[in-house]
Amino acid sequence: MPLAFAAAAVHAPGITGRPQNATEQQRGVFFPAYRRLRERLEAARLDALIMVSAEHFTNFFMDNMPAFCFGLAEGYPGPSEDEPFLKIPKTTVPGAARIARALATAVSEDVDIAHSEELVLDHGFMVPLHLLTPDMRVPIVPIVVNCLAAPRPGLKRCYALGRSLRQAIDSRPERIGLLACGGLSHWPAVPESGKINVEWDRAFLGDFLAHRRDALTRYSEEEIERDAGPGGHEIRAWIVVSAATEGARGETLCFEPIPAYAITGCIATMAV
Amino acid sequence: MSLYAVQKALFELNNDAAVRQRFAADRDALLAEYFLTQEERHALAEADVGRLYLMGAHPLLLAPFAGRSGLKWPDYLAALARARDAHAR
Repeated sequence: MPLAFAAAAVHAPGITGRPQNATEQQRGVFFPAYRRLRERLEAARLDALIMVSAEHFTNFFMDNMPAFCFGLAEGYPGPSEDEPFLKIPKTTVPGAARIARALATAVSEDVDIAHSEELVLDHGFMVPLHLLTPDMRVPIVPIVVNCLAAPRPGLKRCYALGRSLRQAIDSRPERIGLLACGGLSHWPAVPESGKINVEWDRAFLGDFLAHRRDALTRYSEEEIERDAGPGGHEIRAWIVVSAATEGARGETLCFEPIPAYAITGCIATMAV
Repeated sequence: MSLYAVQKALFELNNDAAVRQRFAADRDALLAEYFLTQEERHALAEADVGRLYLMGAHPLLLAPFAGRSGLKWPDYLAALARARDAHAR
């Protein structure tokens, strides 16, 4: 089966933890857009959803920091954060273990990946899951990307992962979806917290939708840090999805700056 | 300076309830297990997030540590900003 669903969406903790802090107008744009994404995901009747998100010191530390780690487990506990912080109840999300192992095996021909049967899900996975499949019934394949501790995987390497992943997905008999979680520019947990570079986000989103490999992968680490903040490194997840959907028409479901959530509320899909 | 050890202590305090319990019972004993300078040990024991920020500790390690140490979010951000501004002067 070819890829059955592809999208990218933000995962900031404030979205579920403190939704009321956004203005009524912002909420009126953002949450209906997430709902439309949910409808598309449901219409795709997926057997598994691959989720690409960033490491936030939930699973890994500098004693052993994988560039890319595929989850191969039957289930994943989450969220790792306290319930009052995210307002998402603790649960276990089912894992598509057999599909995950097949994908990881195929991708290992092209890209060096790590794998784990003990991943815990933080807000990076749980915020999108809570809004898209609140009953947590779609089995997932989590992929954790080091967007945190330098040296991080190069942007071109992330693009290569996306292409390889697509080949692996298309060779499977199941209906598989792909979702990037995170981004775009943000300055989490630093004095600049709440700052957003809207123009940077707009330019990146345009390149994402049009699969402009050279533009998406042109940033140096210093440029990302300066213009998109320490959280901007999470564009890696989006680059994976843009690469996996080359040629597909992209569509923006939401582009709404929401300083209270410390991000531009970006949600986009690919017509795969 | 041993930034790695500072961050290791923060990571384990954030992610391991047993380490947190031992920290609560006897912080000096727990912190003695990490290769820390006296200044680093002191900053961790006092939950001095501004000082730890200047040492280079990652904010995503500092924020959960601050929260569990009873620091409210605006106070956490203010502590970091104060440390940064004092350092810049």
